[in-house]
Amino acid sequence: MTAMDRIAAVTRPLLQVDGLTKRYGARIGCADVTFDLWPGEVLGIVGESGSGKSTLLSCLAGHQRADLGRILYDGRDVLAMGETERRGLGRTDWAFVHQNPRDGLRMGVTAGGNVGERLMAVGARHYGQIRDKATDWLDRVEIAADRIDDRPSAFSGGMQQRLQIARNLVSSPRLVFMDEPTGGLDVSVQARLLDLLRGLVRDLGLSVVIVTHDLAVVRLLAHRLMVMKSGRVVEQGLTDQVLDDPQHAYTQLLVSSVLQV
Amino acid sequence: MTDQAYNFAYLDEQTKRMIRRALLKAIAVPGYQVPFASREMPMPYGWGTGGVQVTAACLTPEDRLKVIDQGADDTTNAVSIRKFFQRTAGVATTEHTPDATVIQTRHRIPETALKAGQILVYQVPIPEPLRFLEPRESETRKMHELEDYGLMHVKLYEDIARHGTIATAYAYPVKVEGRYVMDPSPIPKFDNPKLSGNAAIQLFGAGREQRIYALPPWTEAVSLDFDDHPFQPSKAPHDCDLCGAADSYLDELITDDLGGRMFVCSDTDFCAGRRAAGHIGRLGAAEPEVVP
Repeated sequence: MTAMDRIAAVTRPLLQVDGLTKRYGARIGCADVTFDLWPGEVLGIVGESGSGKSTLLSCLAGHQRADLGRILYDGRDVLAMGETERRGLGRTDWAFVHQNPRDGLRMGVTAGGNVGERLMAVGARHYGQIRDKATDWLDRVEIAADRIDDRPSAFSGGMQQRLQIARNLVSSPRLVFMDEPTGGLDVSVQARLLDLLRGLVRDLGLSVVIVTHDLAVVRLLAHRLMVMKSGRVVEQGLTDQVLDDPQHAYTQLLVSSVLQV
Repeated sequence: MTDQAYNFAYLDEQTKRMIRRALLKAIAVPGYQVPFASREMPMPYGWGTGGVQVTAACLTPEDRLKVIDQGADDTTNAVSIRKFFQRTAGVATTEHTPDATVIQTRHRIPETALKAGQILVYQVPIPEPLRFLEPRESETRKMHELEDYGLMHVKLYEDIARHGTIATAYAYPVKVEGRYVMDPSPIPKFDNPKLSGNAAIQLFGAGREQRIYALPPWTEAVSLDFDDHPFQPSKAPHDCDLCGAADSYLDELITDDLGGRMFVCSDTDFCAGRRAAGHIGRLGAAEPEVVP
């Protein structure tokens, strides 16, 4: 069965979010966010700085606790889970790609150790097998195998970001959260990273929630799009539909603000 | 001679009571680091303030105390701590391992097998095995709570990646009864097998870090490793030059500036016992020359 066949056989969303609200005191982080994410689907979240997209992502990933609402992952209530179970999910089924690779990598540990950490965390105890798998994943993210014993600090920004992706995907997660994965990279490196991501998402049948302010990124990657402003979702729909025919005034502003070369 | 100005074994009774409560908890949860209100001791941190407090809380007037430092009975640290308890508790002391009821040790386990009824007290500089991997105390506690020990193997992985073998030679982490990962204090990994299933009570005191932990008798302590890189206790590939022992942990002594060296047992009592029994090593006939 290919990844696509598996996805076709599914009858319920992988992630169901209902009325999710997070406040910082009197201020709203994000309010009343509701959406379903199906297996194999890529959901883009766009909006300007301070619109609550990163807050939403960290609530979804369990880094922050939401005040109100419900998150169901594969039918399981994430907010009601114990910390052990949630961390277990974070090590196996979920992955989180940070904007700054330094947040997601262990800078003092070699590339191989970084990729192998998740495997060891779930009980892999065979050095040779861990190393083989790390080599395989470095190859998949286009890092030469002879860099396996180098530390990430010796890598370029684009390589660090690819290493972070390898480190996250090695445990075959089903759901990946990405926070501005292409931020801070120059355009040619961005293009290659996007190419790589698109390939991995399709081959592995990943479900992805991707937060970005770059509309080009969502145009390439996302199937569906949510536009946020002041902590609320103002518009959502198919990516092409939202970008080509924006309905809400803020979305129209956002789309028309993109610089044309 | 007891110095009457001090309470028995220096610490006041309430402090000893507090430490004993921590010890009981540590014994009840093997490998778990119990916080305790560590006191200022009349010696600098790093000289065994944790071990001294644990020893003080365990001592009774009938006890016979042995103190070793890197296996030796006659080094500064061992001599001064032994004198400290002679003076403040008036207990009998010995250098002979089987005669001792309480043994305070810095960085070694005696070669002579311990027996039921003995207490081995370790001086611990850094009790947290995850410390150099994760600097936040709040996070390491959480990792112990959730048994989240993947990081420990990342360290061993890094060792193999860099050195081809697990290069950690001391303070080698062990998993206690399949639950807590514990730092056995900086004993050489040669001593790790002796931690497990030991008949004696093993108590660990870290004064500056204010932690006490313990291994009750016959507790299992498994050294962490990989399936294809199993744990190997290591020692210098020599026999003791004084007593000829092939199975004891050795110190290397440089004897001149021409490359001369000798290997001697780090456990002085063990070595002296073997020599008294007639075992002679390569250089054991003559007294070792002391180079000024």
